[in-house]
Amino acid sequence: MSLGTGRYIAYLVAAVFFILALKGLSNPKKARIGNIGGAIGMLIALVMVFTTSGLHNLWEISLGMVVGVVVGVPAARLVKMTAMPQMVAAFNGVGGAAAALVSIMFFSFIDGNLATLATYKVFEVIFGVVIGSVSFTGSIVAFLKLQEIMPGRPVTYRGQQAINGVIGLAILGCVFYVLVDPTKTVMLIVLLLALVFGVIFTLPIGGADAPVLISLLNSFTGLSVAATGFTLQSIVLIVAGTLVGASGTLLTMLMSQAMGRSIPNILFSAFGSKVTASGAMDKEGRSVKSGTAEDIGTLLAYSSKVAIVPGYGLAVAQAQHVARELAQALEKKGIEVFYGIHPVAGRMPGHMNVLLAEADVPYEELKEMDSANSEMSTVDVVLVVGANDVVNPAAKTSPGSPIYGMPIIEVNQARTVVFLKRSMRPGFAGIDNDLLYDEKTTMLFGDAKESLTKLVGAVNAA
Amino acid sequence: MASSILILITIFVLAAFVGFEVISKVPSILHTPLMSGSNAIHGIILLGAVLVAGAAHGSLQIALGTVAVVLATLNVVGGFVVTDRMLEMFKAKPGARRAPGGDAGGRS
Repeated sequence: MSLGTGRYIAYLVAAVFFILALKGLSNPKKARIGNIGGAIGMLIALVMVFTTSGLHNLWEISLGMVVGVVVGVPAARLVKMTAMPQMVAAFNGVGGAAAALVSIMFFSFIDGNLATLATYKVFEVIFGVVIGSVSFTGSIVAFLKLQEIMPGRPVTYRGQQAINGVIGLAILGCVFYVLVDPTKTVMLIVLLLALVFGVIFTLPIGGADAPVLISLLNSFTGLSVAATGFTLQSIVLIVAGTLVGASGTLLTMLMSQAMGRSIPNILFSAFGSKVTASGAMDKEGRSVKSGTAEDIGTLLAYSSKVAIVPGYGLAVAQAQHVARELAQALEKKGIEVFYGIHPVAGRMPGHMNVLLAEADVPYEELKEMDSANSEMSTVDVVLVVGANDVVNPAAKTSPGSPIYGMPIIEVNQARTVVFLKRSMRPGFAGIDNDLLYDEKTTMLFGDAKESLTKLVGAVNAA
Repeated sequence: MASSILILITIFVLAAFVGFEVISKVPSILHTPLMSGSNAIHGIILLGAVLVAGAAHGSLQIALGTVAVVLATLNVVGGFVVTDRMLEMFKAKPGARRAPGGDAGGRS
């Protein structure tokens, strides 16, 4: 068996490991071993690539890898769990940049003389450059938003959609032009336009839509990696890139279903940038019942089943540890507690589960939306912590509402509802929530973390 | 030549179906690790980065190639380490020891 054949088979083995890694990640018991399997596949592929004949610049390559490890491992080890979404966005962005660079390098190997290439080859290169670049700058903006260096709300300006549309069409036009007349200049223009497009298409997407955005950018990077696989005729790059592209696309679709909205609506509508006027008017003249932490602590201490529904606000206030303390205080009194988790709660898909797991909440207590809803009618008190839209009954009852059709956690089925909110301000979608004015609802105003801390004290005292 | 591109396209299409199938039943509790894990897998671009950096001539190409290697390495190690940290926490039992790495989280 020649070295070339051996290397080919090793790449095939690596590709199988990647498939098994994704398969393993779909099952809580096998997830960790699956991830380690993926890392082993990566190691196999990397060792074998160095057996490629005629590889130069080994010092520079080794140095580059050492720098990557020295920077990457501590960054990944030290990042807080609440900061995980922006970390994933950052690692995704550098992957996209690497894919774009690989395509650009290939372009410079032929001295920019694309005319020597078959048309499909030109397409592979330009696809890698465009998607990789969009993923790179898009991820940077997502990172800046999640890190709160930039405002998390949608950034909008006049004519935004028209400008985005024109630039998007310009990229498409250039791509077609390059296929017919492959010149260096047009290639560079496409690169610049793609970098700009990544920024401007991400700007109008708000913080609460970040789960969909990150998932989409992840699949973009996968696709650009697959494109470089075509360019370099590397099967392992094609398989790994396509796996990520396809699974990322599926995950993006699941996320948007969980929000009851279409993907174009999430990407292009700057959702949540304006508060509906009707909602603001409705509020007047309706009374809201607000309670003290002591009242609510007593209420909790004398119930038999409590559900906690955490939302974006809990993640922002980093209140997951206090939430768990409250649950433990209640459990000590023999009260049954579970957490009802909406699929898009938090800042990336499934983020809330990770935050609560970090606070040592046993995952048996984490209930997905459907099983939480089936138990809701037997619950005495629901604590809604920093969530609003995902529990808004308007999603089921008022067809005119922008969130109509979105699956929600039906907290209105429980006997009493307690909202922990900063203010009466509507949630991200800008829609008023009738449940806040309901007879069985009590409000506890203030920062989620402070309110929960007070509740722990009140429950212990009761 | 045309036949080799056809083989690559065949692999691409089949891999796309595998990608859809393999995660179609993932519970939402694992969405974050899944995304982070697949994020690590597209770090395979490191292999492509090594190949182009290894073929680079002249300081500009070598510099670009080395940058690509650094970025791709970040993607690989960051992706796998972050995913492993998250999955480690899902094993923590109630009242058991603190989740390893958890002391970095949110207690400032």
